[in-house]
Amino acid sequence: MSSGILFALLAVLTVSGFLMGRVRARAAAGGDVTALHSRTQYHGVAVGMGALLAGLATYVLLNFVATLLPFAGNPWVVGLGSVGLAVAASALVYVRITPQFRARNLVEIMILGLLTLASSLAIFTTVAIVLSLVFETARFFTQYNWTDFLFGSVWSPAFQGTSQLGILPLLWGTLYVSFIALTVAVPIGLFVAIYLTQYASAGLRRAAKPAIEVLAGIPTIVYGLFALITVGPILRDYFAEPTGLGSSSASVMTAGLVMGIMLIPFVSSLSDDIITAVPRAMREGSLGLGATQSETILRVIVPAALPGIVGAILLAASRAIGETMIVVLGAGAAAQLSLNPFEAMTTITVKIVSQLTGDTDFTSPETLVAFALGITLFVLTLGMNVLALYIVRRYREQYE
Amino acid sequence: MTDLTATIPAATSEARAAHTRRRYASEKRFRMYGLASICIAITAVVVLLGSVLARGLPAFTQTFIQAEIFLDPAVLDPTGARDPEEIRKILTFSYAPLIQESLTDLASELQAGSAPGITPQLLAGMVSEAAGANLRNYVLANPDQIGETVPFEFLTTGRIDQYIKGHITRESSMGDTRVDPAQLNAADQLRELGLLERRLNLAFLTNPDASENRPEAAGLGVALIGSAYMMLIVLVLALPIGVAASIYLEEFAPKNWITDVIEVNISNLAAVPSIVFGILGLAFFINFVNLPVSAPIVGGLVLTLMTLPTIIISTRAAIKSVPPSIKEAALGVGASKMQAIFHHTLPLAAPGILTGTIIGLAQALGETAPLLLIGMVAFVVDFPGPLPGGLFDPATALPVQVYNFTQRADPAFVERASGAIIVLLVFLLIMNTIAIILRQRLERTW
Repeated sequence: MSSGILFALLAVLTVSGFLMGRVRARAAAGGDVTALHSRTQYHGVAVGMGALLAGLATYVLLNFVATLLPFAGNPWVVGLGSVGLAVAASALVYVRITPQFRARNLVEIMILGLLTLASSLAIFTTVAIVLSLVFETARFFTQYNWTDFLFGSVWSPAFQGTSQLGILPLLWGTLYVSFIALTVAVPIGLFVAIYLTQYASAGLRRAAKPAIEVLAGIPTIVYGLFALITVGPILRDYFAEPTGLGSSSASVMTAGLVMGIMLIPFVSSLSDDIITAVPRAMREGSLGLGATQSETILRVIVPAALPGIVGAILLAASRAIGETMIVVLGAGAAAQLSLNPFEAMTTITVKIVSQLTGDTDFTSPETLVAFALGITLFVLTLGMNVLALYIVRRYREQYE
Repeated sequence: MTDLTATIPAATSEARAAHTRRRYASEKRFRMYGLASICIAITAVVVLLGSVLARGLPAFTQTFIQAEIFLDPAVLDPTGARDPEEIRKILTFSYAPLIQESLTDLASELQAGSAPGITPQLLAGMVSEAAGANLRNYVLANPDQIGETVPFEFLTTGRIDQYIKGHITRESSMGDTRVDPAQLNAADQLRELGLLERRLNLAFLTNPDASENRPEAAGLGVALIGSAYMMLIVLVLALPIGVAASIYLEEFAPKNWITDVIEVNISNLAAVPSIVFGILGLAFFINFVNLPVSAPIVGGLVLTLMTLPTIIISTRAAIKSVPPSIKEAALGVGASKMQAIFHHTLPLAAPGILTGTIIGLAQALGETAPLLLIGMVAFVVDFPGPLPGGLFDPATALPVQVYNFTQRADPAFVERASGAIIVLLVFLLIMNTIAIILRQRLERTW
């Protein structure tokens, strides 16, 4: 039985269950629906939903069990099992319909179950991410020494079994690009936030804030293309080649600058919130003692907001580390440890993309290494996020 | 603050005035830094959008060449029966000589003019490789015109198109094996004769992708459909699940550790790098559940998981903003908690939920990295089928198509990549505008 027919059958069962349940409730009431505990629709919905939920749950469960016991995945087993249980569940509800039957409560319990399920999807997603990363990484480490991965300084995948898969050059590229991005984004973003909260007139704020936040709504592929066709060639022709530092338009500087632009609204809107949260009294106290506005900002507001700002910078850093498209198009693909910002380098995310696109063989270490890179990235960004959220939350409590 | 006063020297009023001037100067400098930062940020917006627009707008125009084509019945319909099945058997391959044949007269006319080096072969070489297929489609649609001479418009090759658009010049194309100087002369002359024309080319939006040698025929058709399918999946899954999760967390969740775990998970998922979701899609949906590679269904599911935190966060804010008194009034007249929420709170929160959903969809539309990993980067020329089966057919997505175009060697694809970005940005602009209008029209303050 194909899934299409199965779902059609379940839909028919649900609708007919609803209609039958309603009819039976009306009959049970003997024409006087006010004698019922619940309105007739609830009886119908209870029967129909019983069928639908039982059917779908069986379908999912059997398909899941099938990964362990292959016979459970047989289309006929799944089909008949799901439809059978759907009929059984709706019949069970159907025979219980009497004027005293609390159909509404039953329906509400089922809905509450669905709501709980929906909200626990977040947990399932995290678990699925962790499991898929951990399993494949474990397979990778059975084929490749983990110390060579973590401490190797050469990245040269070769499909003849002589690969050297050291993460250090990738990590270096990632951190270097992120560092340049943050040196661009943090000062500009902070000054934007300070100016817009402390100096700007309401009109300027109304105009400038959305204009800058446009940057936050632009997809990263657009920044990537901008790096590739505009920023890269300009940097190469006007900085790298005249100074003899490099000849490639894809470079750490290209990716870093463009990523910095991308992060400006991120830093500025987070800092904006944090600065506005500093109590007015502190600011006014300082101004009242004769400090100029800039003195107030630098010596009162920024120190008071510092934990929050540090949190915002950490969040921005975690964004920078996990960013993919800008570095894929802007940073290049050569894995190397170098200090020259005008040379092409590569990052963890670039290598995840290059190892997992095209022809992939899920038994070779060259493909599986992508999962080890993924788990490194996941742990790195998760750590920074948790730390940042902790700092920001502690800071908020301080002034509430 | 003690250091502020301490640094003021107990000296003459002149020294004090100088100190004040310095403080005011530094105040002024500080303000300038702030203004400069804002200017830099806004300049960045303008330069970014400006460079994409300047590069991409030409992709919506294309150069066409007009020619009279004799649809030779001896080639196109050897049986003479005008049987569509028989005509269909003549493949694109046979149409190319036909085009060259028809261009012979034009070539000798041009030879006499200012393009002496042009031969029929070179002139035919100015016509896109896609021309044969276009002509075949025309013949299949109008079999009655076989044997007649019809005026037909062909795409020119990418090189000629780039020359007309001014991206390549005679100097820059020296040594280029794919364009001959005589062809450039011929292009100039044809333009004077009015036979070569650059005009709007909406086929860019409807054509499928094309191979390396035919940038002029490449379009966004498959990518647009793939993106539309994925947005549909995201809407159908993420909206109900997101709303259900938000209702639970706002109204029913008990204060215990499980709820805390869910909350922490949602805020962390919002910050997990998008590429990690791609790894999840590859390892779980493709390798474990065995869904097909490159299919919109997998892309849609991955984007749903990515969009959920955004929708949950905005839906919770919308539910929170409905005053509790409304729910309490419903409870007071005997509604159950579920009824109060579904009949009263939720409808009032709907505008906020809708706005959040549109913004989430806009985010999902521009997402590229996870789709690369689940194989949507493949070269797909066949349109996916109609719903629902088409969800399992190979397709690409708009942002991935941009990436695809950037990976080709022919520089004419850069223009197409920028053009695709413009299409993407237009969609995002429309979605965000709808969100803003909805917010202003429907949202009320209590």
